[in-house]
Amino acid sequence: MSTPTSAPAARKPATRGFKERVDHLPRSVKIVLWVLFALFLFLLPLLNIPFITTEGSDFGGVLFTVATYVLVALGLNIVVGYAGLLDLGYVGFYAVGAYTVGVLTSEHAHLSWVVVVPIAIVVAMVSGVILGAPTLRVRGDYLAIVTLGFGEIVRLTLVNSQWLGGAQGISDIPKPPSAELFEVPSLDWSSGAPVVDLDTTSTFLKFGINDFVPYYWLALGIIGLVLLFDILVKSSRVGRAWEATREDEDAAELMGVPTFRFKLLAFALGAAIGGLSGALFATKAGFISPDSFQLLLSILFLAAVVVGGAGNRWGVIVGAIVVGYFPERFRDFADFRVLVFGLALMLLAIFRPQGLLPPRRTVRAKRADDRQAVLEEGEASA
Amino acid sequence: MRSTLKFAVPLAVAALALGACGTKGGDTTTPAASGGAAACGNYKIGMFGALTGPNANLGIYIQNGVNLALDDYNKKHADCKVTLENYDSQGDPTQAPALAKKAIDDKKVVGIVGPAFSGESKAADPAFNEAGLVTITPSATNPALADNGWKTFFRALGNDATQGPAAAKYIKDTLKSTKTFVIDDASEYGKGLADIVRKDLGSQVVGNDTIQQKQTDFSASVTKVTSSGADALFFGGYSPEAAPLIKQLRDAGWKGTFVVADGVKDQSFIDNAKDAAEGTIITCPCVPPDVAPDFQSAYKAKYNEDPNTYSGEGYDSATILLDGIAAGKDRASMVDFVKAYDKKGVTKQLKFDAKGESADIKVFAYKVENGKIVSVGEIK
Amino acid sequence: MQNLIDNFFSYTITGLTIGAVYALVALGYTLVYGVLRLINFAHSEVFMYGTFAALWVVMILGGHPGAGVGQVIFWVAMMFVAAMAMSGLVAVLLERVAYRPLRKRNAPPLIALISAIGASFVLAEIMGLRSRIAGWVGLDDTLRDYVRNSRNNAGLPTIIQPQPIFTIGGYHVTNVDIFVIVGAIAIMVILDQFVKRSRLGRGIRAVAMDPEAAALMGVNRDRVIQVTFLVGGIMAGAAAVFYMLKIGITRYDAGFILGVKAFTAAVLGGIGNLRGALLGGFVLGLAENYGSAVVGSQWKDVVAFVLLVLILLFRPTGLLGESLGKARA
Repeated sequence: MSTPTSAPAARKPATRGFKERVDHLPRSVKIVLWVLFALFLFLLPLLNIPFITTEGSDFGGVLFTVATYVLVALGLNIVVGYAGLLDLGYVGFYAVGAYTVGVLTSEHAHLSWVVVVPIAIVVAMVSGVILGAPTLRVRGDYLAIVTLGFGEIVRLTLVNSQWLGGAQGISDIPKPPSAELFEVPSLDWSSGAPVVDLDTTSTFLKFGINDFVPYYWLALGIIGLVLLFDILVKSSRVGRAWEATREDEDAAELMGVPTFRFKLLAFALGAAIGGLSGALFATKAGFISPDSFQLLLSILFLAAVVVGGAGNRWGVIVGAIVVGYFPERFRDFADFRVLVFGLALMLLAIFRPQGLLPPRRTVRAKRADDRQAVLEEGEASA
Repeated sequence: MRSTLKFAVPLAVAALALGACGTKGGDTTTPAASGGAAACGNYKIGMFGALTGPNANLGIYIQNGVNLALDDYNKKHADCKVTLENYDSQGDPTQAPALAKKAIDDKKVVGIVGPAFSGESKAADPAFNEAGLVTITPSATNPALADNGWKTFFRALGNDATQGPAAAKYIKDTLKSTKTFVIDDASEYGKGLADIVRKDLGSQVVGNDTIQQKQTDFSASVTKVTSSGADALFFGGYSPEAAPLIKQLRDAGWKGTFVVADGVKDQSFIDNAKDAAEGTIITCPCVPPDVAPDFQSAYKAKYNEDPNTYSGEGYDSATILLDGIAAGKDRASMVDFVKAYDKKGVTKQLKFDAKGESADIKVFAYKVENGKIVSVGEIK
Repeated sequence: MQNLIDNFFSYTITGLTIGAVYALVALGYTLVYGVLRLINFAHSEVFMYGTFAALWVVMILGGHPGAGVGQVIFWVAMMFVAAMAMSGLVAVLLERVAYRPLRKRNAPPLIALISAIGASFVLAEIMGLRSRIAGWVGLDDTLRDYVRNSRNNAGLPTIIQPQPIFTIGGYHVTNVDIFVIVGAIAIMVILDQFVKRSRLGRGIRAVAMDPEAAALMGVNRDRVIQVTFLVGGIMAGAAAVFYMLKIGITRYDAGFILGVKAFTAAVLGGIGNLRGALLGGFVLGLAENYGSAVVGSQWKDVVAFVLLVLILLFRPTGLLGESLGKARA
């Protein structure tokens, strides 16, 4: 519909955005800030900061869940945000990743975790191609229902296939190999001021049953790698091809972009990251069953991406944190959690339709759209 | 540079907090709500199961039983009350491990009633086992749970391996059915049970089908049952599916006997299936309520309804733990206390075998008559 | 397979009855999609509210209809009135609260889907929490029968006693089967005529075809959209009554799966196409039943989705193509 108008070059930043201000900091300061921020993230589960810490459930466990949501959101963002394909069945890939780990480490073979995770990624990617190759030719809204169907087919196959454990699921998924390097103490706030508690510690990279913090660290590391990958891909030719396809598929095709192939690539990469997060989930949980891969999860994943701002990797991270963390933090609402979550989605859609952190291009495109709308309305309503 | 500061301040605070604020090597955090007598341990017991969400019904029935046991205890020990800590998993195995860790980290918790479902048990019980925190499940009936060697695992009711053969026996001997149809709901509970019944009935099974939980239209299954000429139907599953299933079967004119297990033993089945529920046979490894009239009347007085599925097991599980607290046990010594326990509860003689299974399991048959579930005696 | 052949008519007739319900709900998706190019994700809840309205009106009237034909007609009529009113109201409210503010702000289509998902959660949870909500306003005792066990099933007493009317291929076709299938088709014919002939129907088609041109021609777009939601809601209300007569039990989350199926039916027939929704609903209902007969009921949903994928591969716009505006212009 709207022709992409280039942003006027004359516009100078009257109000400098947060990101621009950070961009203008000296390089050394930026690096220090990043390191400190990363350190903070790593220590977060042990700091037990009042108000942020979840009262009703273990904070380390919750943070791990949030981290898997972040990972999933980054993957889904490639599909929904970059390539503009509406995927309502993302949980399918998540389940494929988790079950690959389950089947190959416990149910039918006993391969090492280090070997299995790459296999899980590849299997998920292949399933993405298998689903995508026939269905990506259908138009956007149809794709939504087809992918939704895929998610359900995967779950029903898991429930009804005894080879995959059926409803009983798969137990005794082994932990990743531990490397017990050093202990990190936690903070205790019970007296009002923070006190270092030497008794409650987490051992760096000791993957046990009762301490989720090392899994959280593992997840953080993987998120870092995926982010790096994401940045590289987005700024490459591939990223620009996705943007062109999303904005106007026909025009992109005319300009010589093989849109179908790029859409398939987005689908495969998204599936791979979904599979990776599923593998991570299976590793930490030690037990998987079809109950953990309900259709609702797909919708929550999509909500994470859209709430944060589809297309902006930092936005979707924020969205994933909102979707993964708030229901656990506000456990006191108990029965009202879903209700409140639904209300929040509606309010957000109305008051922040571009997501919490919209991608920069959207801001640009929206201004162009608005200007055009004003021009058109000006005549129509006169 | 203002934004630099914005970033740096919280980080600096965090760093300071870590470095400068002294250390603490005491045994654990002190709970804010202390204040009892010095000897009083301020112990808690945990209730682990679905208390909200779509599976909450069962969890709340159990919780009611647990609360009743707590009331009894706290009346007797007014100077040192035990409180209940709820771990609401929503029946979701994904949420279970973090909740288990929360319970384990709270050193005041000396025992858990639950986890209520088999799936969440598999996800959470390894952690409880490692921490040595006793769990007594009032409702998870998967037989394999007891085979994991978890030393903290106890089950206050019979598992599917005791109930399945009893159901098959009843169908064969009492109903004298010659053509039986078996349907399960693909759930761990329903399929496990139905498979045992299928095996025990052997060649008299004239047909099988599997439905899905939350399914409401059973027309295909109804056609299969009616066309098979079956005179009895065993359904392994829960009441939300059992009610519409039997209703649609009766609407289609099927006249055989509907046999279900304890997952359907609640009033909502009758409320929803209405007349179609009449004559349904329900097997349950639970002693009929008239055996424990005190419990029944106390329950009715408090909740204004009859005890429901697993309320009695919840009451018994909690009572075992509370007896342990009264005997001065803490978390570490509770395991042996429960292992050696041997007393009469409201549902059965409470005694566990080496694997943590209830030692003395009787399966009873119930029948729906005039909108009430009445006992028709033990299946021997 | 042998089972399917032996009981072919049984599977066919029961498949058509549930297919009729799918078709009526699918109309709501199709109408809204045709006009707004938007998947009204919360339409399943509109249907669910209809089932409860049908149930409650029976309870209010005393719960036990007599056996006389006149009485049964009266009760069923009351169910239709209540369910259609409730579903229509919820659909219109939904449009006002969840969609109109977004339209005013020119929000991207994806965010409308999020709003719809949010609204769907809110509507379902309000029903699932109705006992607690009634407790807040102090009505839990008065409304006890209506709100108790609000997370659990709620069952309707038998309204129409199923009676075999005639037998075809060994299957006794009951009065309920006939009522549901014929009733649903009749309602859809009425809707088809409404969209084709009435002034409002013309407005709907105009907006579906070209919103801007329609606006220029003096069509009040907001009003048309509102009417579209109302009509879709009324159809869902009718579906709810048929569903309650056939299934008899509902729950706060009963809409979700049915909604997914109905949306599948709409896509199957060609979304935006009224007759496509009818065809899609019936095809889906039959496919599910035949599939259940051949490979087992547990694969019912898988059969439905595989069928959808196959049809989209060979006919990317569904069986009848998408055309709320273009067809029959």
